[in-house]
Amino acid sequence: MEELANLFHGFAVALQPYNIMLMIIGITLGVIIGVLPGLGGANGVAILLPLTFSMPPTSAIIMLSCIYWGALFGGAITSILFNIPGEPWSVATTFDGYPMAQQGRPGEALTAAFTSSFVGALFAVIMITLVAPLVAGFALRFGPAEKFAVYFLAFCSFVGLSKEPPFKTIAAMMMGFALAAVGLDSITGQLRLTFGITELLNGFDFLIAVIGLFGIGEILLTMEEGLAFRGGNATINLRVVLQTWRELPAYWMTSLRSCLIGCWMGVTPAGATPASFMSYGIAKRLSRRGNNFGKGEIEGVIAPETAAHAAGTAALLPMLSLGVPGSPTAAVLLGGLLIWGLQPGPMLFVEQKEFVWGLIASMYLGNLAGLIVVLTCVPIFAAILRVPFGIIAPLILVLCAIGAYSVHNSTFDVMLMLVFGVLGYLLKKCNYPLAPLVLAIVLGDKAEEAFRQSLLGSQGSLGVFFSNGLVSTIMALGLVALFWSAIQEGYSRLRTSMA
Amino acid sequence: MTERSERGPAHKTLEIGMALLIGVFGLVVILGSLKAGINWGAEGPRAGFFPFYIGAAIVVASAINLWHAQRDDDGRLFAEWGQLRQVMSVVVPTAIYVGSMPFIGLYVASMVFIAWFMRWLGHYRWLTTIAVAVGMPVLTYLVFERWFLVPLPKGPLEEWLGL
Repeated sequence: MEELANLFHGFAVALQPYNIMLMIIGITLGVIIGVLPGLGGANGVAILLPLTFSMPPTSAIIMLSCIYWGALFGGAITSILFNIPGEPWSVATTFDGYPMAQQGRPGEALTAAFTSSFVGALFAVIMITLVAPLVAGFALRFGPAEKFAVYFLAFCSFVGLSKEPPFKTIAAMMMGFALAAVGLDSITGQLRLTFGITELLNGFDFLIAVIGLFGIGEILLTMEEGLAFRGGNATINLRVVLQTWRELPAYWMTSLRSCLIGCWMGVTPAGATPASFMSYGIAKRLSRRGNNFGKGEIEGVIAPETAAHAAGTAALLPMLSLGVPGSPTAAVLLGGLLIWGLQPGPMLFVEQKEFVWGLIASMYLGNLAGLIVVLTCVPIFAAILRVPFGIIAPLILVLCAIGAYSVHNSTFDVMLMLVFGVLGYLLKKCNYPLAPLVLAIVLGDKAEEAFRQSLLGSQGSLGVFFSNGLVSTIMALGLVALFWSAIQEGYSRLRTSMA
Repeated sequence: MTERSERGPAHKTLEIGMALLIGVFGLVVILGSLKAGINWGAEGPRAGFFPFYIGAAIVVASAINLWHAQRDDDGRLFAEWGQLRQVMSVVVPTAIYVGSMPFIGLYVASMVFIAWFMRWLGHYRWLTTIAVAVGMPVLTYLVFERWFLVPLPKGPLEEWLGL
């Protein structure tokens, strides 16, 4: 059991006082980010990324991943108390969480949400611990064709699994690839798509895109409704917590199912948002009390929260083992790895053992710390929400500008951020998904490199992507994912015509 | 299903505009790729090879999106004019804020921006406004420049203060 020894070594790293301090700071910042509108997980981590440049990589990733856990927890608070999903993945939590709060059971709903989040994350971390080394070992045998096939699968899953129209997903994704291609071509060293503009020589940094698309875009969306923003009160005490904990084991089936849905959706990069909706929908269909869903059923809080957290955590598995992030936030963390000089992917498990296992250990501890922090500090976080949007909005805009500037110390990037912000607002209003756009900017260069290297090896024949069992299987899975909605439709049509 | 009492641009118009905009972007990508060379050179596929197909995919996807947008019109509004005014009341000052940053530095620009936002959009008292507008940049300075050693853009005022 070499992995177990590595894990214990990881715990020793994560339990250093400095790292524990960063963990708690990270969780607290994360919850604040999750609670505030306009500061999502991806964007929050992107803004704070420059602060970690001077830290050792292990400490940096511990703090950043804890911000991510915190944001996942924070989203639930606003959904339940104010019917405002702080994050897209907590929309499904509002369906039953908010009615529960209105019926005077906010403590119960919050406890159920936090505990389910913890369970979902724990399940996913255990899965990562067991599976990641295997996947990484397997991936060490990958050539460029196999690598491209993995990217292909990842991007096809977006098209097939997202709820947006497939051609809008494709358009958004391809824009990302195009933006990634701008600047110096990494293989030939030639400049392309710059049209003589010197600022574009280095291409578009995805961190700027994340801050603009998610941060500024979100603020603009909120501004449509004006500055009216009402707050509320929340209390949570030990008695309610213990009482809710006694009830929860009865729903073990829902929890387990939601964990599995979450892990699956997190690993294939569909992300936490569809996972939470899917889990809610299935729980509603299968539950004996399904008709009560939407009226304040505790099961309707457990299902989406467990799945969202399991997905959010599981998204780190492909990031660590293959170098393919499963969500925009995981993509930002991956960007961090590159900046700290670590090459994400299977070699990480061989060359940077301390880093990988320190991170995995911090996932266990970070989520535990998160549960304790949110359960004890709900009233404080709810109070943050009572700070009016008229004060919060300019501060968030300034923070976004600082974040965008400090990535490359460039004021041009800050202007670019605003352009991305307006673009994000328009894209979101027109129902174009933003996550594939961001992932394509991050992975564009690598996907292109793998594609061109495979073609070089095969003298330009596309047959290289079906040249052996492994690569053919991954490519076939990708094609199935790509045409998934069409396949589903055809199947249901076939069934109705048979009946 | 829509109430025409509050008016604004139709969702369909924006949807079509967006599809066209993205389509034009695709054409620009194709053009740039052609310039870089899309065929095979001595070293394998040339720089424009991959982006060319990306550009082509963008154009095709936008054409289909355009066709969809053209076809289904549910009469929805994109947003009411009042809402768009709210959005523009943030976009324009933010653009000025961002544009002035290279000249007067981030700190002064942020102070003015926060003060403007709180006073004119939020209607706060001068005291609250000034407290936040000055407090935030000072806190930023301490956290970023002093604690984490991340330099931020400075202008003439900081130079004069010798920071």
